[in-house]
Amino acid sequence: MTYTLPTGYIPLTDAAPLVIARALGFDEEEGLHLDLHRAPSWSALRDYLALGRVEAAHLLAPLPIATALGLGGSAQPLEVLSVLSLNGNVIGVSPGLAQQMRRNGYRFDFKDARTAGTALLALDQPLRVGVPFPFSMHAELLFYWLEALGLPADKRPSIHTVPPPLMAEAMAKGEIDAFCVGEPWGTISVENGVGELLLPGSAIWQSAPEKVLATRHGWADRHPDLAGRLIRCLWRAARWLGNAQNMTTCAEILSRPEYLGVSPDLIDRALSGRLVISPRGETRQCDRFVAFFDGAATFPWQSQAAWIGVQLARRHGCDPVKSAQSAQAVFRADLHRLHLAQVTRDLPGASAKVEGTLTHPSALGSENGRLILPPDSFFDGRIFDPSAPVR
Amino acid sequence: MPKNLTIIIVEKDRDRALQIVDGLKASGDHTITVIAEESGLARRIAALDPDVVLIDMANPSRDALEELALASGPMERPVAMFVDRSDGALTKAAIEAGVSAYVVNGLQQDRLTPILDAAITRFHMVSRMRTELAATRRALEERKTIDRAKGILMKARGISEDEAYALLRKAAMDQGSKLAEVAEALVNTAGLLS
Repeated sequence: MTYTLPTGYIPLTDAAPLVIARALGFDEEEGLHLDLHRAPSWSALRDYLALGRVEAAHLLAPLPIATALGLGGSAQPLEVLSVLSLNGNVIGVSPGLAQQMRRNGYRFDFKDARTAGTALLALDQPLRVGVPFPFSMHAELLFYWLEALGLPADKRPSIHTVPPPLMAEAMAKGEIDAFCVGEPWGTISVENGVGELLLPGSAIWQSAPEKVLATRHGWADRHPDLAGRLIRCLWRAARWLGNAQNMTTCAEILSRPEYLGVSPDLIDRALSGRLVISPRGETRQCDRFVAFFDGAATFPWQSQAAWIGVQLARRHGCDPVKSAQSAQAVFRADLHRLHLAQVTRDLPGASAKVEGTLTHPSALGSENGRLILPPDSFFDGRIFDPSAPVR
Repeated sequence: MPKNLTIIIVEKDRDRALQIVDGLKASGDHTITVIAEESGLARRIAALDPDVVLIDMANPSRDALEELALASGPMERPVAMFVDRSDGALTKAAIEAGVSAYVVNGLQQDRLTPILDAAITRFHMVSRMRTELAATRRALEERKTIDRAKGILMKARGISEDEAYALLRKAAMDQGSKLAEVAEALVNTAGLLS
């Protein structure tokens, strides 16, 4: 018996786990048929999920947490069953800003967030920055980066919500001077000659949960069998995506008109981590530009939820300690572990860790002791302890 | 008598916007503004201080409206939110029709319902009209392509129009594809031969 599960996504490179699960039949392997619906915007997708038009959705990691804190336009509580991807965003600036930064001697290494930020702020210009959604890792990483660089509150850039497919257009029209967006939309700005890439999101936080698989609160507990199939089929798709040799195939599949409808060579840049950063064709290699599988990438760390909760709380005037608690409850590490028990033992034994302590890949206590976690440090060396969220 | 409501409709297509405005006018004497330009949307809406904002669900700029839900200073008015806090069935109907509404916190349900009902009806109507228009346009284009394909065959093989049509239909049946597709393939490649 195969169950059909209406599932929503936004056309982005990091929708790959859902698209690959469907296109290569990892869903059928679990007796599931993912009925994929492409959504026009994040708020629309959240509402489709809240109102039961889809049962599961590819969402920005901070979105279900914002809902749990009472922020934003929906009150339906959501929960996160898996992380779909880590990292994968780019920060880009207008060719005009890039030229001034180069003139001042900055070399666009696409790596060091401190020198990049210092070079940008040295221009001392008011900045308008486009992000896809108010509750997104894009916004969180930007705020964290600028705050850590010591930018005074009165010099903060103004943040504008611009849907990713319209980001290049907003740059071309001069409505924004910079952006933080998911691929392939940063690359498309470069292709159109309206943007140059400054940093990958991973330069700010090396292991930032980017997109998650969300369901309505209580759904996974009421339908444990379905939830298990869903988590496992996405884990299988992620394992396939963890193999670098599959990236060309993945880019071809994502490029189909029913998914992204963007040329495969543009999609491949993010998947291979080999990005073209300027309209002049300069390239930079970035390891773990986007990660789907290695180092338990699918695991919804409650400590990462807590970090997001505290950041949101600080900016929107909620209580940080309570927000950290509400945020942690959204990430169902328990269900993720439970439903993957029959397919893997490479999962963390704990549901939370101190974030930002790993500067190198490190072994971690897992059920069989073979799990290697990737680096998770913040560019400024700060750490975040979820048991003491406010310091 | 409660004061009139201020309603904003975000819609690029002028005819469509007018249809919706007409529908809403019928539900009461409201102040209705249509915004067609999508840049700086949130800022402009906030400046107009509306009671209700209606936007097509399929409009990607809807995400910009989420900023309105954040304009949360206690003294600031539109604390806008999606209607699902008030009435699930109504919201569901709205989503089916493809309309999303942001409503200022505190607007009474009995004042909102007639507006949403009217909007839902209109959205259904305009989307039906849009589908019909698209279908008609497609049918016309297909007919044109088939006519051109027939012309190419008649010239190349010196056959009658009926024979050309029969030939196309047979090819479509043999290939298991649509007549219009075979015709299109022929038209697209015939240029290579001349």
